[in-house]
Amino acid sequence: MFGQRGSSRSRVALAGALSVGLAFSLTACGDSDDSESGTTDSSAAAIDCAPYTAFGDIKGKTVTIYTGIVTPEDTPHKESYKPFEQCTGATIKYEGDKAFETQVLVRAKAGNPPDLAFVPQPGLLQQLVATGKAVEAPAETAANVDKWFGEDWKAYGTVDGKFYAAPLGANVKSLVWYSPSEFKDSGYTVPTTLADLQTLTDKMVADGKKPWCAGISSGEATGWPLTDWVEDFVLRTAGPETYDKWVKHEIPFNDPQIAAAFDAVGGYLKNEKYVNGGLGDVKSIASTTFQDAGLPILEGTCSLHRQASFYAANFSKDTKVAEDGDVYAFYLPGQDASSKPVLGGGEFVLAFADRPEVKAFQTYLSSDVWANTKAKLSSGWVSANKGLDPNNLTNPIDKLSATILLDPNATFRFDGSDMMPAAVGSNAFWKQATSWITGQDTKTTVDNIEKAWPQ
Amino acid sequence: MFTTASTTADKLVQMFAAILLFAAVVGVILFIAGRFTGKRDKFVAYLYLAPVVLMLSVGLLYPGLRTIYESFFNAAGDAFIGIDNYKTIFTDSEQLVVLRNTAFWVLLTPFVATGVGLLYAILVDKARMESFAKALIFLPMSISFVAASVIWKFMYEYRPDQGNVKQIGLVNQVIVWLGGKPVQLLIDSPLNTFLLIIVMIWVQAGFAMTVLSAAIKAIPDDIVEAARLDGVTPWGMFRFVTLPAIRPAVVVVLTTIAIATLKVFDIVQTMTGGRFDTSVIANEFYSQSFRSANQGLGAALAVVLFVLVIPIVVYNIRQLRRSEA
Repeated sequence: MFGQRGSSRSRVALAGALSVGLAFSLTACGDSDDSESGTTDSSAAAIDCAPYTAFGDIKGKTVTIYTGIVTPEDTPHKESYKPFEQCTGATIKYEGDKAFETQVLVRAKAGNPPDLAFVPQPGLLQQLVATGKAVEAPAETAANVDKWFGEDWKAYGTVDGKFYAAPLGANVKSLVWYSPSEFKDSGYTVPTTLADLQTLTDKMVADGKKPWCAGISSGEATGWPLTDWVEDFVLRTAGPETYDKWVKHEIPFNDPQIAAAFDAVGGYLKNEKYVNGGLGDVKSIASTTFQDAGLPILEGTCSLHRQASFYAANFSKDTKVAEDGDVYAFYLPGQDASSKPVLGGGEFVLAFADRPEVKAFQTYLSSDVWANTKAKLSSGWVSANKGLDPNNLTNPIDKLSATILLDPNATFRFDGSDMMPAAVGSNAFWKQATSWITGQDTKTTVDNIEKAWPQ
Repeated sequence: MFTTASTTADKLVQMFAAILLFAAVVGVILFIAGRFTGKRDKFVAYLYLAPVVLMLSVGLLYPGLRTIYESFFNAAGDAFIGIDNYKTIFTDSEQLVVLRNTAFWVLLTPFVATGVGLLYAILVDKARMESFAKALIFLPMSISFVAASVIWKFMYEYRPDQGNVKQIGLVNQVIVWLGGKPVQLLIDSPLNTFLLIIVMIWVQAGFAMTVLSAAIKAIPDDIVEAARLDGVTPWGMFRFVTLPAIRPAVVVVLTTIAIATLKVFDIVQTMTGGRFDTSVIANEFYSQSFRSANQGLGAALAVVLFVLVIPIVVYNIRQLRRSEA
C-alpha cells in the first residue's frame, strides 16, 4: 500500500543538495578523508568482542548488506565495520544502490534478498515484512535497542507487535537556520516557545525586515518542504498522539486540527509581511528551489529559514556553519519550553537471514560501540542511540542534532509524508500544498488531499 | 545471468554476450534462408519477418495488451474496477486540467512550429548565407529536451523587485527594461503552459524548416518559371505553386510534431514537474504509475495517450501511401 517510493523526499533532497555544486562533494570527500586518518586509530582500538563471539565461531563467514547509502557516505560506513570484522573474522559485503527503495522490494519478492537491508522508511519496512521474507531481530539486538533507543524509535522498527529492525542513522528536521551574527548585532535571542518565535518574527518586522525565507521547488517533488512545515506544526499545535492518528488515517486529513496546523503555517508563510526575504512575495516560495531558499540568510536579506539538518550541505564551502559562525540553526520550539517534539527521519536495519554472523552483526550495529565508532568517522551523520557521545561528532550541526535527539524530553516522530500512502505522501500532499501556497484556501486543500487518500 | 551484473566488467561482458546472441540469431536465419532458393520465396519472406514479429509481440504487443488490461484494475492492480479509471480521467477536476493542457499542446505546437519553419524556409531560400541561417534555427534540434528546458528555465527565471536584487532571466530583464515589474512566469496558469509550448516550438521549428526547405528545393524549376511568366504574385506563388507541391512534406511534418507533442514529458517534468496546472498526459501517466503507486490510473492514461496518437498515425500513413501512389 505504500507503493514503490523511487523518490522519497529525503532522497530527492539529498540528490538536490548534491547537485547544488561540486563544492559540497568536495567538502564531503575532504571530510571523510580527514576522518579516515582517525580511522586507523579507532579501528585499531580494540572493542569488546564478547557480545559477538557469543554467537559462535563465525570466522570466514560473510554478511551481505544492501542499502541506498552510496558514495561518499558509504566510506565511513564500511570503515566503521572494521572493529567487528577484526573481532570475529567475518566479512561484511556492502552494496550501495541509488535505486535501493524500489529494488529491495523486487529482490525480496523474488526470493533474492540481502542478509541485511538499511530501510529508510517505516512504510517500506512494513511492505518488506509483508513479503514474509524478513526475520525478527535477535533478542540480543532487541536488548540493545531497549537499552540505547527511545520507545518511539523502537516502535518504528516494530511491525504487528513483533520487533524487526533496529534504528541506524537519524536526521532532524525541526530546525530553523539563522545568522548568529545578526542575532547578536540586533539583540535577538533564540526562541524557546512558539509564542517566542512569533514575537521574534514581529520584532524583526518592526526592524524593517522580511524575517522568513522559504522555497519548495524541487522538480517533480515540488512541495515537500511545505509538508515538513505542516508536520512540524501538527506535532506542535495538535500533539504527537493526533499526529500518529493523522499519519495512520485514523482521523481524516481534513480534520479541523490538521486544518488548524495548516493555518498556523500560513500565519508565517502566507503572510506578506513575513515572507519571502530576498526572494519575492508569497508566491515566490513556489518557484524558489529548496536549495536556494536559505541562502539569503548569508546576504542579510532573510533572517529565518526552517529546514532539516542536511541543509548544511547547501552552504558554500567557505561558509562557517557553527554557533559562532556565519550560519547556524536552532531547534524549532514547541508550544511551551517543556514539550520537545522532534520531526525527523532515519534508517532501520532489517534482516532477511538468521545465521549467527548476521545476528552478531545486527547486534553490533545496534550497540553504542558502533554508534561512537561511526560518529568519529563521519560528518553529516547522527544517530538516536543514547550511548552516542555528542563530543565524538565533529560537525557542529551534527552535535546539535544529536543533542536534540538525545534530549530525554524529546518526542521523536518520523516524517509523516514518508509513512502515508504514496498517492498522498508523495503526490497529493505535495501538489495541494503547492497550490495552497499559490493561493488555494486551506479547506479546499485538506479536502482535496483527503479525497486522494486510497480507499 | 541478465540480472546480476554489478560491476562495469560484468556489464560489458553481458553486452558482448547480447551482441553475440543477436549476431548468432541473424546468422542462423541467413543460413536457413540460404538453404531455400528459387520457388519458396514466400517461406523465406516469412522467415525474415519472424524475428521482427516475435520481438514486436514481446516488446510491443504484449505490453500494450497488458497495459489495456491493467487499466481496468485498481491502484494496487489486484481488483477489477471496470472503467472507473477512465471515469476519473474524464471527470476529476485535476485530470481535466491535464486533458485541457494536452489539447493546448497538440493544437498549438504542430501548427505554429510548422508555420514558423515554413516561413523561415521560404525567407532564407536562395538568400545569401542560407546555410548559416538554417544552421542557426536547426541548432536547437540537436539539444535534448531536458537541456532545452533547463535553458528556458533560466530564460523565465524570476528575481524579486526587492532592494538591489538583479534579474537573471532574460525575459524578466526585458520586462524590467521596458519599465515593468518582474513576473513569476511559470506560476500562473494557463500562461505557464503556453510558455512551455514555446520551448517545444523552439526545438521543433528547426526540424520543420529542414524538411520543408528540402521539399521547396525539389519543386521543378519549370513550374516556378511558368508561374512567373504568368505574372503570379508572391502570395499566389506560395498559395498555388509552393504549398501544393510540398503538401506531402507539410503533412509529414505536422503529424510527426503532433505525435512528439502528444508524448511530451521531458519539458513539463524538467520545468515545472507538472505543478501549477501544467501537467500533460504523459507526465501524469508517469507520476501516477511511479510516484503515486496508482498502477491502474497510470495504465488508463497510457491507453488514452495511445488512442489519441492512433488517428494521427493512421492519417500519416494514408498520406504517405497516397503520395507514393
